[in-house]
Amino acid sequence: MTVEATDAQASIPGDKGGPALVEWIARRSEGIVIPLAAILVGLAAFSVFVAFLGKSPFDLFGLMVKGGFGSWFSIQNTLARAAPLLLAALCVALPARLGLVVIGGEGAIVLGGVAAAAAAAIALPAVGILPPAFLWVAMALAGMVAGGMWIGLVGFLRHYRAVNETISSLLMAYIGIALMNNFVEGPLRDPSSLNKPSTAPLPADHMIGNIPGMDVHWGLVAGIVACVLSWVLMEKTRWGFAARIAGGNVRAAQIQGLAVGPLILAFTALAGAFAGLAGMIEVAAVQGSANASLAAGYGYTGILVAFLARHNPLAIIPVAFLLGGIEASGGLIQRRLELPDATVLVLQGMLFIIILFSETYYGRFRIFNPDLWKRRA
Amino acid sequence: MAHQRNKAIGVETVGMTMRFGSFTALDDVSVRVQAGSFHALLGENGAGKSTLVKCMMGFYHPTDGQIMVNDREVAIASPRDAAVLGLGMVYQHFTLVPSLTGAENLVISREKVPAVIDWAKERKALAAFMETMPFRLPLDVPVRELSAGEKQKLEIVRQLYLGRHFLVLDEPTSVLTPAEAREVLGLVREMTERGELTVLMISHKFHEVTAFADEVTVLRRGKMTGTGKTKDLDHRVLAAMMIGDQPIAALGTRALQPDDAQTVLRIDALEAVDRTGLKPIRIDGLSVRAGEIVGIAGISGNGQKEFFEILAGQRAREAGEVFVKGTPYAATRAEARALNVRAIPEEPLANACAPRMSVAENLSFRSFDIGADGKPVTWVGASAMNAFAARLAEQFKVKTASLASPISALSGGNVQRAVLARELTGDVDLLIVSNPCFGLDFSAVAEIRARIMRARNNGAAVLLLSEDLDELLELSDRILVMSDGALVYETPIADADVQTIGQHMAGHH
Repeated sequence: MTVEATDAQASIPGDKGGPALVEWIARRSEGIVIPLAAILVGLAAFSVFVAFLGKSPFDLFGLMVKGGFGSWFSIQNTLARAAPLLLAALCVALPARLGLVVIGGEGAIVLGGVAAAAAAAIALPAVGILPPAFLWVAMALAGMVAGGMWIGLVGFLRHYRAVNETISSLLMAYIGIALMNNFVEGPLRDPSSLNKPSTAPLPADHMIGNIPGMDVHWGLVAGIVACVLSWVLMEKTRWGFAARIAGGNVRAAQIQGLAVGPLILAFTALAGAFAGLAGMIEVAAVQGSANASLAAGYGYTGILVAFLARHNPLAIIPVAFLLGGIEASGGLIQRRLELPDATVLVLQGMLFIIILFSETYYGRFRIFNPDLWKRRA
Repeated sequence: MAHQRNKAIGVETVGMTMRFGSFTALDDVSVRVQAGSFHALLGENGAGKSTLVKCMMGFYHPTDGQIMVNDREVAIASPRDAAVLGLGMVYQHFTLVPSLTGAENLVISREKVPAVIDWAKERKALAAFMETMPFRLPLDVPVRELSAGEKQKLEIVRQLYLGRHFLVLDEPTSVLTPAEAREVLGLVREMTERGELTVLMISHKFHEVTAFADEVTVLRRGKMTGTGKTKDLDHRVLAAMMIGDQPIAALGTRALQPDDAQTVLRIDALEAVDRTGLKPIRIDGLSVRAGEIVGIAGISGNGQKEFFEILAGQRAREAGEVFVKGTPYAATRAEARALNVRAIPEEPLANACAPRMSVAENLSFRSFDIGADGKPVTWVGASAMNAFAARLAEQFKVKTASLASPISALSGGNVQRAVLARELTGDVDLLIVSNPCFGLDFSAVAEIRARIMRARNNGAAVLLLSEDLDELLELSDRILVMSDGALVYETPIADADVQTIGQHMAGHH
């Protein structure tokens, strides 16, 4: 018989003393140390790649730090790029807690943007009477409903028709982008947009502005609030707990009589709503209209953010900042080192592979696993 | 080293020691299995039986100690070395390819198979080989159409076909009916008596050991605690060697069931398909009253698993009704809570726990969403959850390093204790249990059976599905037999006869 505890007293966890704190720290640090180590390994692998291109990896990393985080200007640039990543990452992280790998957030983002632009076209005449905030609420609701239905459909297909959610969400992202193109080049097209088909632009004074004192729009705040609320939902409420049971073992959830189908529908719809909100913010705060620029790849970078954050909504915040910085430095790297812009995509790809690889190391290190400390032969 | 054809091989371990880190799985074990003997290896789970045979088979490299084959020291660095020496193993679970025929399975398992197989020639060679075997087997039908007993025989035949004359049988009868088990072990025993084969059988079952083995070796916690001729050792002595002097929970006396006990579970014309989607499950007219344990016997794979899953809400039904206390029951959380229904599946870590969530969280699965007043709550508080879990862990003696440990870090017995703690806390009117003691050690088994008996005595209706006939005979008030997806036989415990039950399990009714 395997005995984990040396004595019966160990089953009474009343003592909140030093050892308990040490154990708590040990358990928690695993989820921080392993991703950090993975990032370092990823950067090392990337250095080899850069060296093969005949450039100094040290120059490159120096430029990366400078371009992403070196000055107030670059930090603001980074934050602006991080804003949509926060919401796009939630679109991956929330279903992941239920055991679903949804990678098609891009589709919900573009459709959310289109729906928001359509809502703006309808609501604009009323704005003369009501405050501009009314417009934003209407746009946000439209974007969230569109995104929520899109990813909710992925959840529906998964639970009720056993369609693999990874494949369906990815393929549906292509459909979503095609639908967006259809709308902005067809029924919603602004006749005056000649070279780049777009919907009718928002008047400049109806755009979502910047956070006071910063050159970063309010979407950053929306993203951070969404991450914090998602964390509270996941960790502190009964719905989040039920979702974690279903994600931990769907058979256990069934035997507890938990309504797994509605849980999957609700969490995929919420995830899609966040992605739709990201699309709305792109329209209302950055582009001013819906057009092909909505499909900028935030949905795909969000996958990397969510996996690096281990699907913890709070951890998404710093990770989005880090990856936003890597993206922000792309231009500088291109100019100074004469490397193609896609170089940072190579780095992202390497990081992603190594992050997936690092998943196999959880639970393998004695130092993070207090259950192994007490085992005696 | 060449071995003589068709001659039993003797194997001996000398001072075998195996350490995994600081854990000693085997401690100085010396076992002598004589050529042509039928030797049993007894011990609880985790006693070191598997470690010992894995060292013999070259899967593990022992930390210390030697292996002698036919009294000569040999080095076994890999399973391939063991095969060359003529040592083979038959695993607890079948390793044949179900879609291929017996003949195909035999031929492809050879180490050297020609790129193009001349089947006419192979068939002739196989027929000649089967002439020398005591087993009669159809070799031309796909293996999936064979009965469990036939598959087990084919597994053994394959080892002999590959020229192995020392066989380790790892709990060979766990998937067989009593009659099949007797037949297979009887034939194997005859081969040992003729000097064609040596057998080392891992077993839990005393009656098998006394009926078939010449010699027995007992392990406990990695040490050899006894060895000798089976005829000199009775069950009491063997049990003492196996479990030492640890106290065993008493089952508790069986409270008398009142005659007017109400019917708690009733099942009418329940229909579903099994996991293959081909065979129907049909349960009709089953009822379980308060204060009785109704046992469902059957060989694995006759629909018990699916039946349990329907009752537990893990599988959809196609037709029929399930009533609990007269109310239609579809295993939703609200119904289970209102009617006090609890279900405990087999392999609780895989079926009733979220392995990576903590012990405290797993203990709270039943109760996290309601407050002390029974009303739904919004917030799930960690401190209340920990206090609740600490109380349950103490009451049910769940041994864990910490309540924050992932439940997968616990031993099998402690996972089962944790699940019992969760499901048996509060009022229980209907308890549905499947193979509760599968793979658990002696003392955990006794304790868990005592808990089930206590729930019965407190007035719960218990439906117990088990593949262990001894367990059913010990606990049940009534026994039903499930075969081919239907209930085919029923007997009160007072009239229960193992022979008759076994025949129905095997499909003769």
